[in-house]
Amino acid sequence: MINLSLTQMAHGLASGDFSSTELTQAFLDRIAKHSQLNAFISVTAEEALKEAAAADQRISQGKASPLTGIPLAHKDIFCTQGVKTSCGSKILDNFVAPYSATVVERLAAAGMVSLGKTNLDEFAMGSSNESSFYGPVKNPWNAQAVPGGSSGGSAAAVAARLVPAATGTDTGGSIRQPAAFCGITGIKPTYGRVSRWGMIAYASSLDQGGPMARSAEDCALLLKEMAGFDQRDSTSIQRCVPDYPALLQEPLQGLKIGLPKEYFGSDLNPEMKACLDTAVKELEKLGAQVLEVSLPLTRLAIPAYYVIAPAEASSNLSRFDGVRFGYRCEDPKDLEDLYKRSRSEGFGPEVKRRILIGTYALSEGFYDAYYRKAQQLRRMITEDFQKTLNEVDLLLAPTTPTPAFDLGSKTSDPVQMYLEDIYTLGVNLAGLPAMSVPAGQVSGRPVGMQLIGNHFDEGRLLNVAHQFQQVTDHHLQAPELD
Amino acid sequence: MQWEAVIGLEVHVQLATESKIFSGASTRFGAEPNTQACVIDLGMPGVLPVLNEKAVEMAVQFGLAVNANIPQRSYFERKNYFYPDLPKGYQTSQMAEPIVGPGYLDIPLEEGSKRVRIHHAHLEEDAGKSLHEDFHGMTGVDLNRAGTPLLEIVSEPEMNSAKEAVAYLKGIHSIVTYLGISDGNMAEGSLRCDANVSVRPKGQKELGTRCEIKNVNSFRFVEKAINHEIERQIELIEDGGRVVQETRLYDPDLDETRSMRTKEEANDYRYFPCPDLLPVELDTAYIQHLKEGLPELPDQKRQRFTEQLGLSDYDAGVLSASRALADYFDRVTEICGDAKLAANWVTGELSAQLNRDSLDLQQAPVAPEQLAGLLKRLLDDTINGKAAKQVFAALWAGEGHTADDIIEAKGLKQVTDTGAIEAIIDDVLAQNQAQVDQYKAAEADKRGKMIGFFVGQVMKASKGTANPQTVNQLLKDKLG
Amino acid sequence: MTLEAEELHKVAHLARLTLEPEAVKDYAQALSNILDLVDEMQAIDTDQVQPMAHPLDATQRLRIDEVTETVDPEYLQAGAPATEKGLYLVPRVVE
Repeated sequence: MINLSLTQMAHGLASGDFSSTELTQAFLDRIAKHSQLNAFISVTAEEALKEAAAADQRISQGKASPLTGIPLAHKDIFCTQGVKTSCGSKILDNFVAPYSATVVERLAAAGMVSLGKTNLDEFAMGSSNESSFYGPVKNPWNAQAVPGGSSGGSAAAVAARLVPAATGTDTGGSIRQPAAFCGITGIKPTYGRVSRWGMIAYASSLDQGGPMARSAEDCALLLKEMAGFDQRDSTSIQRCVPDYPALLQEPLQGLKIGLPKEYFGSDLNPEMKACLDTAVKELEKLGAQVLEVSLPLTRLAIPAYYVIAPAEASSNLSRFDGVRFGYRCEDPKDLEDLYKRSRSEGFGPEVKRRILIGTYALSEGFYDAYYRKAQQLRRMITEDFQKTLNEVDLLLAPTTPTPAFDLGSKTSDPVQMYLEDIYTLGVNLAGLPAMSVPAGQVSGRPVGMQLIGNHFDEGRLLNVAHQFQQVTDHHLQAPELD
Repeated sequence: MQWEAVIGLEVHVQLATESKIFSGASTRFGAEPNTQACVIDLGMPGVLPVLNEKAVEMAVQFGLAVNANIPQRSYFERKNYFYPDLPKGYQTSQMAEPIVGPGYLDIPLEEGSKRVRIHHAHLEEDAGKSLHEDFHGMTGVDLNRAGTPLLEIVSEPEMNSAKEAVAYLKGIHSIVTYLGISDGNMAEGSLRCDANVSVRPKGQKELGTRCEIKNVNSFRFVEKAINHEIERQIELIEDGGRVVQETRLYDPDLDETRSMRTKEEANDYRYFPCPDLLPVELDTAYIQHLKEGLPELPDQKRQRFTEQLGLSDYDAGVLSASRALADYFDRVTEICGDAKLAANWVTGELSAQLNRDSLDLQQAPVAPEQLAGLLKRLLDDTINGKAAKQVFAALWAGEGHTADDIIEAKGLKQVTDTGAIEAIIDDVLAQNQAQVDQYKAAEADKRGKMIGFFVGQVMKASKGTANPQTVNQLLKDKLG
Repeated sequence: MTLEAEELHKVAHLARLTLEPEAVKDYAQALSNILDLVDEMQAIDTDQVQPMAHPLDATQRLRIDEVTETVDPEYLQAGAPATEKGLYLVPRVVE
């Protein structure tokens, strides 16, 4: 039951092979059994079983939609009314959201059963899930390895079959990189495609929510429900949502795939390169035409991102001040003390570092050299992508330069951690859709293949990934848990 | 040494929208604490702003009314600082590209009108309020006001006296109330003002060091605070000191300003484009549409009142100062047909009564239609001036609905029938033979004054209904 | 580029953060390293490039001016650190 695809689960539910309650209980049992992964911050078993019972009733009345009764988990960055929403931070450890995110509402309206909230890097700032106040998540493939971040809890939970699907958010790779490290499929949609209402902001012009699941087909079903215009989000795009599942079967004949040479340089682990070469051959067999392209500014996405994201974050995180919600320090002696101690005690070191960098980049005398410069580079990087995407239908690249690294191996030097994001950041700067698809393993650690499309081309990305998954079985591999 | 003051004003106008600038919470004044602060106004995690179209419209209307350039594109930025009444730790405001570009306002002064240039006007969100009454030594924060749309109107520093500053502020007040984009209520904080004041030796080109005076929230305080600050700066310099650039707070109770923070302590606001909002684009058709829909503005009204209706500059000025008064006057004139008479009554009897009863025009018990009805009877000689005042008082007291009802009920209809008046005159003359003799014996130039006695007696005997002109004429005839 | 301790304190104050004395060195080092990384941008000539604030070339949508939110302060203040009579309490603010 736990290895079924979402479509198979829907069939099982519809034909009465099992009930949503049974399905939900099976996953809840696994969550409890594998709590050592630390993938969840909150498990809402009681509510989940209630939702499952309600779903069973709708199914029996013939009122089910395709995802009714199927369990999922939400990254603990999405506000969930009445349920703790911590964002992986001590400062929100006591925060119960008074409202739900649009994504949460939409998936609930689609009938999905939420099992709880998954672990993440504090305020989504990290590439290893080690900055969470609730401790690091373990990679189900190897307990020594990180699951990636920031949506590490969602990725580990899906990979370990603790839940069939989960939501994630991606500001600089936070869906794709953990998906790659955990051997699952995840898609970061075009900026503006999925509503940001109720998604706690890290860097507003880069953040985008998306689904994480075991296959492109599952992602297509989920994205269809998550995506769409939301009048509560000014950056939400008024544009029809295509029927993604219906697009999955398109043949790849004549498809032009570009391999940006800068993504296959010396940074890339050679064994991973071999996996990707094999994947490219599979796609060629399916009729795709592959050519080399160039994105010369690739490396500069790192500095541009690490100015823009912290700058926006420094402002977005000012609201955590110990006044209206969240953590407040003991016995503040005056207002300054209240602010400074609540924030310093409430935020972890990586969040503080990014707030400091962002504050510095926006401060008088440095704005032009840092913030403005980064915004200019952002345009240049975006134009590079546009130019390339005029020549080819999509880009294929590694998601990360190496497979999942070991826990604690990069925590001492933030810069080493930031460099890990080199292949994912550019996409966020340009607002493009991109996904990570399993493409093999290196020493028992999964390898992710990244597909990058033009704005609003999620349908094509899912289509290519699905066709690839029809002829490969990387996505079907499951880690062995004790 | 001769000194010259240089003053620039930053006027914050709360726009009269139903809902907040970025949320659907109500902007109503005076609600219970935090009952109008929704999750967006509270800066809860994950909330997002969406811009209110009415706030944009009102800002553009203001821009058009002060002859400003309205750029096709503007955008919002974040002004970052920490304060308990600022829930998000930043104020969403505009800086580099505001919604209203440079414009100007002509202000009336005794020595003629002066043009004050407006640097720009921008949209932003208001903050909440800190209440300092004692909560066990704590401050209470009410965020109802947070997110109320504000239009900040920034003048060039080119006013040279407190009087000019007040005239400018009154001009802004009158425009925003005319447009109906704000109630302009200074006591409730709908219109607030910060003044930048500096002094320099007369004739010097470069500006002196300025101080910003916060919290001057009535026309009277603006004048007092600025005058006080000018004096303070001059005294300081004449005593060999230097003005330090700082923010000062005006205390109306003590009539003094005191330092809040110096430039060194000033915040570094770290403005940057708000990533939750997109650039605002206005097409020319939209701007043109709003331009065509603008009401007649104070200046245009004043001009019409003098040029077309023949009112004095003074009356035109008084009547056009508030849209409500001007509208009242226009309505009365429209019905009764005599602008000068209408002006006399609106600026005279009506204003005096309002003053006496401490009422706003909106609360006046006499509607323009009622006043016009009264003036019509005055114009067609149904009543005389004295009776008219009685009728007005009766209307004010609610003793009747129309002037005609009251004239009828009180028997105030003017007697113009010469026969009836002659009879009264004969009676009066018969009863005052001594005065008649005196009159006849008097020199011609003294008689004018003496006739007043007889007129008074006749009017009294007629209970005020006799037409005074007729009485006068008949008396002259009879006394020879 | 090295971030001096004094500068670090100034930035920390703007962000209302306190840095423990023993952590100052680490922060200064980490931030200096990040600034070195970020300074790679300076090698690129961007003089003629318009800054880009949003990934999509879209404009602001406007909301109809109507009251759509009902507020239940008690519910919204359930998780507030300190309230009284509907007000959020903070240490006394001196103007």
